[in-house]
Amino acid sequence: MMVWFSFFVVAAASMTVPAFAADRLSYNHDIRPILSENCFGCHGPDEHDRKAELRLDAPQPDEPPTDSGVAAIVQGKPGTSEVIVRIFSDDPDVIMPPPDTHKTLSLSQKEKLKQWIAEGAAYEPHWAYVPPVRPAMPSVKNTSWPRNAIDSFVLARFEKEGIAPSPEADRATLIRRLSLDLTGLPPARTDVEAFVADSSPDAYDKLVDRLLASPHYGERMAVDWLDAARYADTNGYQVDRDRENWPWRDWVISAFNANMPFCQFTIEQIAGDLLPNATREQRIATGFHRNAMLNEEGGVIAEEFLAESMGDRVETTATVWLAQTFNCTRCHNHKFDPLTQRDFYALKAFFHSNSETGGGNYKAPIRVNAPPFLLLATPEQEAKLAELKAQVDVAHATVKQLEKAKQQADEAAKQQAAVSDESVSSAAARPPIDTLADQIKQVRASLNQFQKAHDEFERAIPTALVMDELPKPRKTFILMRGDYTAPGEEVTPDTPTILPAMAADLPKNRLGLAKWLVAPGNPLTARVTVNRYWQVFFGTGLVATPEDFGSQGGQPSHPDLLDWLAVEFRESGWDIKRFVKLVVTSATYRQQSVIPSGLGDHDPQNRLLARGPRFRLQAEFLRDQALAVSGLLNPTIAGPSVKPYHPPGLYEQVVSQRDNPNATYVQGTGDALHRRSLYTYWKRSVPHPAMLAFDMPFREVCTVKRSRTNTPMQALTLMNDPTFMEAAKFLAVRMMHEGGTDPVDRLTHGVWLVLARSPTPNELDVLVKTFERFRSEYASAPADAKALLDVGDAPDEAWRQAGADPSEHAAYALVAHILLCRDEALMRN
Amino acid sequence: MLHDPLHTAIARRQFLGSTCAGVAAAALASLLGTKAHAAAGLPGFPHFAPKARRVIWLTQAGAPSQIDLFDYKPALKDHFDKDLPDSIRQGQRLTGMTSSQARFPVAPSIIPFAQRGQSGIWMSDLLPHTSKIADDLCVIRSLHTEAINHDPAMTMLQTGHQIAGRPSLGAWVSYGLGTENDNLPAFVVMISRPTGPTNAQPLHERMWGAGFLPTRDQGARFSPGRDPVLYLSDPPGVTRDRRRAFLDTLSSLDRMTLERYHDPETAARIDQFELAFRMQAAVPELADFSTEPESTFERYGPESKKPGSYAANCILARRLAERGVRFIQLYHRGWDQHDNCPAGLKTQCYDTDQASAALVMDLKERGLLEDTLVVWGGEFGRTVYSQGKLTPTNYGRDHHPRCFTVWMAGAGVKAGTIHGETDDFSYNIVRDPVHIHDLNATTLHLLGIDHTKLTYRFAGRDYRLTDVHGNVVKSILT
Repeated sequence: MMVWFSFFVVAAASMTVPAFAADRLSYNHDIRPILSENCFGCHGPDEHDRKAELRLDAPQPDEPPTDSGVAAIVQGKPGTSEVIVRIFSDDPDVIMPPPDTHKTLSLSQKEKLKQWIAEGAAYEPHWAYVPPVRPAMPSVKNTSWPRNAIDSFVLARFEKEGIAPSPEADRATLIRRLSLDLTGLPPARTDVEAFVADSSPDAYDKLVDRLLASPHYGERMAVDWLDAARYADTNGYQVDRDRENWPWRDWVISAFNANMPFCQFTIEQIAGDLLPNATREQRIATGFHRNAMLNEEGGVIAEEFLAESMGDRVETTATVWLAQTFNCTRCHNHKFDPLTQRDFYALKAFFHSNSETGGGNYKAPIRVNAPPFLLLATPEQEAKLAELKAQVDVAHATVKQLEKAKQQADEAAKQQAAVSDESVSSAAARPPIDTLADQIKQVRASLNQFQKAHDEFERAIPTALVMDELPKPRKTFILMRGDYTAPGEEVTPDTPTILPAMAADLPKNRLGLAKWLVAPGNPLTARVTVNRYWQVFFGTGLVATPEDFGSQGGQPSHPDLLDWLAVEFRESGWDIKRFVKLVVTSATYRQQSVIPSGLGDHDPQNRLLARGPRFRLQAEFLRDQALAVSGLLNPTIAGPSVKPYHPPGLYEQVVSQRDNPNATYVQGTGDALHRRSLYTYWKRSVPHPAMLAFDMPFREVCTVKRSRTNTPMQALTLMNDPTFMEAAKFLAVRMMHEGGTDPVDRLTHGVWLVLARSPTPNELDVLVKTFERFRSEYASAPADAKALLDVGDAPDEAWRQAGADPSEHAAYALVAHILLCRDEALMRN
Repeated sequence: MLHDPLHTAIARRQFLGSTCAGVAAAALASLLGTKAHAAAGLPGFPHFAPKARRVIWLTQAGAPSQIDLFDYKPALKDHFDKDLPDSIRQGQRLTGMTSSQARFPVAPSIIPFAQRGQSGIWMSDLLPHTSKIADDLCVIRSLHTEAINHDPAMTMLQTGHQIAGRPSLGAWVSYGLGTENDNLPAFVVMISRPTGPTNAQPLHERMWGAGFLPTRDQGARFSPGRDPVLYLSDPPGVTRDRRRAFLDTLSSLDRMTLERYHDPETAARIDQFELAFRMQAAVPELADFSTEPESTFERYGPESKKPGSYAANCILARRLAERGVRFIQLYHRGWDQHDNCPAGLKTQCYDTDQASAALVMDLKERGLLEDTLVVWGGEFGRTVYSQGKLTPTNYGRDHHPRCFTVWMAGAGVKAGTIHGETDDFSYNIVRDPVHIHDLNATTLHLLGIDHTKLTYRFAGRDYRLTDVHGNVVKSILT
């Protein structure tokens, strides 16, 4: 039963003003944000800490008088409502909120509360808990602009606000935007030119389809999901040893590429192991929740960190699928949202029977995953492993037999010695005993060899961390104040009470939970998911707080659009590619991202969407772009993580030096240096510094929104990280090799490669002058040119042998580097 | 020039509301021809006149033994090898390293203690140099925490929470107050490894991370070698002149982008490259010790000429303080004496004692101690009972969260004082307990910040360093 049904009954019974008059205040839109921010801490959903028995997040059956004998809220009568008296008071003993909360209401907020009570003080259930229904299409005046439903909703708002959409971006901008958004890689020059020249009416749709079909689409979409899933290549915490969960990362990439429906994507990752006849792939999918950290510190108390990783699973699940801030409820009932501590532990009970122990095994050899894990042997490897195992078994059995024989021989010799002349009998018994001893020694040596061969072979086979279920479920208790040493009442698996209950036919296990998450009646999952995808393409979600759809979170900028998209997505069978195509083919998406004169004043955050979004590329795509345009990119998809360039010493200063085979950073070689950045080895205690500088999260906890900063450290990274300098050197090679012979043509080609457009005359003028200056400088400083071109490990013999003038190459490299550092290159425009 | 400079200026002003507030302020300032600030603080900060303008936090990572350094317990001699009374332990939880020990034999410190300075503060002979600055210190013997293992305890000390994900103290300070030096980061971190054979507990970038605050506020690692700041030096073959020409071209091209898109972020980026260029000049000057007289190295000790040593980092800390860096944090690893405690402490003190004391004296002579707060301490204390075999000359000590010692010196702190007291076993606090939240609240207070008002909205909640806790320890303030 949903709690809010009762709200309507009470509110309607005593309602004196007509509902939904045009200028009536809405509790959800106008009042709840004020009360949540300032009052819910003491007068909210948490009954434990509620003061004066007053709650303001929901109507009370019978508004009780306060301690002073007056009514807090008298519907329609602000003058006699104690709430209004209190908020307008100057008396520090009377005023609300009290001075020690550091909260103050503005005059307009006070007036709104007054008006709301005057209008009858009607409450509304929080918008996010009301299941979305497909809203009617708004009518718009400008019928020529909308390309699809998204645009109608967006345009209706424009027309209400009296603003106009921006013009469509030019073709070259659009193809770069689409390529970066859908694959995380820039377009090739030939593709740009072909698209610009393609006059067919479906040119744009064809381009979108082509990009959605690219295997790099899955890589691009995976990046945000890896943040949400806190994916890393190490266990985290202090010891932070390596783990092996890249098969799960590869599962994510292929799931996106295969356009797995989001409902299935959910079910397999939460509970793939519990599906009937679960496949290996479905079990690998459950690695989602094994991405939680694991503490292997020497003194660790396993129980403490089992509680921690289980808590992390609750919080991550609640953030990713429900956008509810369950971290608050680990210790107490939520102060702002109707979520209870019991809800937290009932959710935890779903995960609690995984067989992991909570502690790591510090003594175990490095690069061994903590159980449970899956050995991912190919059929050939399985056969070979069986063969090696058989060898071990045979040798083992032989040793046993020989030992038994020797034992019998020893016994016999001993008995004989007791009854006969010692010197004679023992001399006779000695040879077979000695032979046996020799044989045992030999076979034992073989056994060791076989065991070693077996172990080495097995260790080379990848593993994947997975979820499983203990035969006997662990009991789950509410932990008082979140403390694992203070168990309270026992709870069983259940979903949060404020949300629709699980269907009766769903099992009360992870599989039931997963199916409940994507059940049609769940008001949150579809909204939360489309909002996160919206954020991918517009930089900000329709709800700007993708992690929090609670009363402290943001309000949707376009509530009807959000609901329409949620229903559309769910009813399409949770079809992600279809949804993405809907977004990127909208006129809203295709607008140019120029900040038009005047609009910046009203909407610096572009919440009204009256222009195309413009934001900096994510850390991964900045580097990928540099590798791609320079021709260095190794486009191999999937596989173990790789170690690209890393500043010397940084890693060693921090990591454990004792008993740690990974005490130094061993940089990769050859193609491993130039893989896409989502394959970069991610060590939680020393994440790659260039990626960190560009706002990549630590991946210790779930992140659904990265910060986007602009710092001098980023400028230093772009200028001096050998990754970018090496890319510039090879970009210069392409400019010289593919761009003709004239500097103007070569520089033009450079601009095409990096910015996907032709340079303006002004730009070209600046570039040519700079190039000529550098060329003449390097001509008179050949050692400098040589030093510059020595950067990086990528082989360049072919180019050197071709007899390029080093001073010319160095000059092009420096200009190419300028192009890579350009704001326009770093941004998706 | 811009098509519409006024409009752009207004757009930038609007941008102040975003996460890049400081950066956008810089963009605005530069457009208006005023001095560009690398990172301005929040409006209204500091809340009141600060005693300290900057902090140097000397983090002794691994947890130094309070019993062998500061918390003198002469009566323990009579308890040698006797079991720790249950009335003292009170069933407190133990780490996985000693929970299976058959008994918990009391290990009195074998290190001689004496009263130091006019103030008569007790310190052991392992700290001959710190002993000389006793009258400048406020020794808090009653710090306590909850965590009993390094990772959660260090995370607690640094971020006010045992679980990863929150901003560090330095990041909060950077966020609230910004920097006083445009050419250097507001929050600098330096790490040194022990010279002795002791086990150096690993650290974690999270400990100086920005958590959910803007990445700008995370601690910038200063390392010995070619690049004191990551990616600082230009690649070989790129001279300063060429870098200047590079940036001139880059900015003239980016101005064309600014004209086209009117995006304040572009203007901010132009400034960030300029700031980086200035940083490239400022940092080598800062890290260049050739201008230091020989007396500096004599004062900071024999290790101070070795780049990356704790002693060298202390000199660098003073140079950073001189240049207005807001929050300087040193980490010295290796204070985890589970075994061979006396010998291990000896090498740790060799690494740190002289330089820590030299730093305080040096700051004092330069008049910097008046507005610089220096804090020395680790993430928890160590047990009075021996981990492993106890002999008359050797013992080990396990982690102990219930009491440990931290000292503070400088701006606004009462010099030559002791605060707090533990029981006869240095096990429980009997007077004036100071939780990590209290220490952090006090540090912020000295910086002119009300710790309850330095907040950041994340995931629907206004987070703060001290969570819902923390009391300023008023009695140690001048």
